[in-house]
Amino acid sequence: MWLDALTLQLGYNATLVTLGATCLGVAAGVTGTFLFLRKRALVSDAISHATLPGVCIAFMIMVALGGDGRNLIGLLAGSAISAWVGLLCIGWLTKTTRLAEDAAIGAVLSVFFGFGIVLLTIIQNMSAGRQAGLEGFLLGSTAGMLWSDAVIIAVGGTLTLLVVMTLRRVMALVAFDPGYASARGVNTDRIDLAIMGLAMAITVVGLKVVGLILIVAMLIIPPVAARFWSDRTERVVVISGLIGGVSAYLGAAISASAPNLPTGPIIVLMSFALFLFSMLFAPTRGVLAAVLRHLRFQRRVHMRQGLLALAQGQPIYESYTLRLLRRSGLVQADGVVTDLGKSRASKALRDEKRWEIIRSDQALEGAAALYDGLRALETVLTADQIAEIDRKIGGPQGVTP
Amino acid sequence: MTGAEFVPLSLTPLLIGTFAAIACALPGNFLLLRRQALIGDAISHVVLPGIVVAFLVTGVVSAWPMMLGAAAASMLAVGLIEAIRRLGKIETGAAMGVTFTAMFAAGVLLLEQTDTSSVHLDVEHALYGNLESLIWLNATGWHSLLDISALNDLPPELGRIWLTLIAVVVFTRVFWRPLKISTFDPGFAEAIGVPTRLTGLALVVVAAIAAVAAFDAVGSIIVIAMFICPPAAARMMTNRLEKQILWSVVFASTSAIVGYVLAGYGPLWVGSEHAVSAAGMIATISGLILALAAMFGPCRSAQSG
Repeated sequence: MWLDALTLQLGYNATLVTLGATCLGVAAGVTGTFLFLRKRALVSDAISHATLPGVCIAFMIMVALGGDGRNLIGLLAGSAISAWVGLLCIGWLTKTTRLAEDAAIGAVLSVFFGFGIVLLTIIQNMSAGRQAGLEGFLLGSTAGMLWSDAVIIAVGGTLTLLVVMTLRRVMALVAFDPGYASARGVNTDRIDLAIMGLAMAITVVGLKVVGLILIVAMLIIPPVAARFWSDRTERVVVISGLIGGVSAYLGAAISASAPNLPTGPIIVLMSFALFLFSMLFAPTRGVLAAVLRHLRFQRRVHMRQGLLALAQGQPIYESYTLRLLRRSGLVQADGVVTDLGKSRASKALRDEKRWEIIRSDQALEGAAALYDGLRALETVLTADQIAEIDRKIGGPQGVTP
Repeated sequence: MTGAEFVPLSLTPLLIGTFAAIACALPGNFLLLRRQALIGDAISHVVLPGIVVAFLVTGVVSAWPMMLGAAAASMLAVGLIEAIRRLGKIETGAAMGVTFTAMFAAGVLLLEQTDTSSVHLDVEHALYGNLESLIWLNATGWHSLLDISALNDLPPELGRIWLTLIAVVVFTRVFWRPLKISTFDPGFAEAIGVPTRLTGLALVVVAAIAAVAAFDAVGSIIVIAMFICPPAAARMMTNRLEKQILWSVVFASTSAIVGYVLAGYGPLWVGSEHAVSAAGMIATISGLILALAAMFGPCRSAQSG
């Protein structure tokens, strides 16, 4: 069953939904990156909650006009309009009043959602509303989806992805350096609007699959996960799109393979798993890399202090230092310094003296700025310069550099 | 309407709604000023997995284990947000978004996977509560307020939210000075020896307690609305923190009372026989109050401070 689902063998509808969700996931990952870089990730939370009244009003209007009420295009159009109104409200609250954006987001989110719930209870009491299944929009449901709905999701997902792809360069420019972008003649306000519009489109298309409470996760989690892997915007965009696509694909497929596995939560948990993996194991920015870096640093500090102590004949009490020295064969088990240890220690002491000269010499100011007690001298100065310094120090000449 | 009808059916939901609104609005004032308004949003989402796990562990729907589970989940969420923010150097909003959506998704999935059809536990209930059902069956009129045996039968949510409200008020009163100073000038607070980090943490814990207790009674949508809308509206009315808090209490109680009455009786006035969701209506009213305050409040614009 799992394999069938992953290889798209579960029938037309499931296949279409899975492919549509994948496109949507990629589009969401890419758009989400720009939201994240603009530090507006949670605006999408307000957008998604603000869709509920629109869905309900669209349903009521369609029923009042004698229609089915469950027409997905109508419902999605309604959700887009009310999400847009929600965005305008956030803009109005932050521009004209003293409220910060987070408060405006929270206010719009809760009030629109609350109003949507009121409308939902009205619909539930309407004679046409009993089987409306609008609750499915809260958490998403792909079970029993109509063929036409699946087509709409697949087409919507693809279209959004296409728009994202055409706009991605200019969006990256604005997200990364708005000042430079407007100097280049880019209308940053309009691009910001486009980013919001795309976030809205993703929310609306994903409403039926993921549900309005969790759709925001598709816009937030992939970019945050991708951020661990790279510092370059283009790469973050690509990785985020990949993470979004993979988690949406796996989520939709797994959810189609068994009952009681709602699509939205599975997609979200998939991307959260990828996020956890990124946070722990990403190179340089990941937690594991940071721990390793710290341990390596610790080892170098202990090594240096140990060598300096050996050179000056001071006793060493720190057990970690002793262990390090023993392990690298500089000290014997009984505490006697080996020949290798003696030469390494005198080199460390001599380097320390050389650094002292460097720091007192204004001509070598640039090199002196690099002094941190750990840097190997040979990586900073040429052999000639070191020989020059050694002449100033004098003393035994035979020390191997 | 007579007391015989009002007391059993409407008095307790009204009181519970009002207490919950005030208990959330009080810490909400400080959260708003500290730019942490969305912490209420995050907490109210993560309460769901806590409740579901508590149900799975104990096997029964009972209040205290569930509140403990919810409190544990919100503490876990706060820790996780902080960890993601520090470890990944990621801005708070995004860290919050990652945490609460993932935990909420886990809660929904757990709920779908377990057989909760026999008990009253579902996502809709968690989202918009069931304020209307918290009725006082044994009451027969105003005189029941003096009747011990009838009072024993009050919905237990009332007692819990009342205790929570008292705890929140006491916290605000006792820690007023550190709260106020560390909110407005963390640097100064640190300099005169106020433990700002500890104060901030205590505030979040109190907010979580209020959210969990209110959630138990009225569902998460009111919790988010009450954390943000009344304090935000109050912010437009005054520049003094003391007055802002009073305004927020007034706005919170007004939203709760007007919202409940409109939800219960409004549809009757327009000829429909079905009530609408009280929780949703309360949130809507608080939004209307905020909109009015944003249009006409004396201190609405950024310059007037």
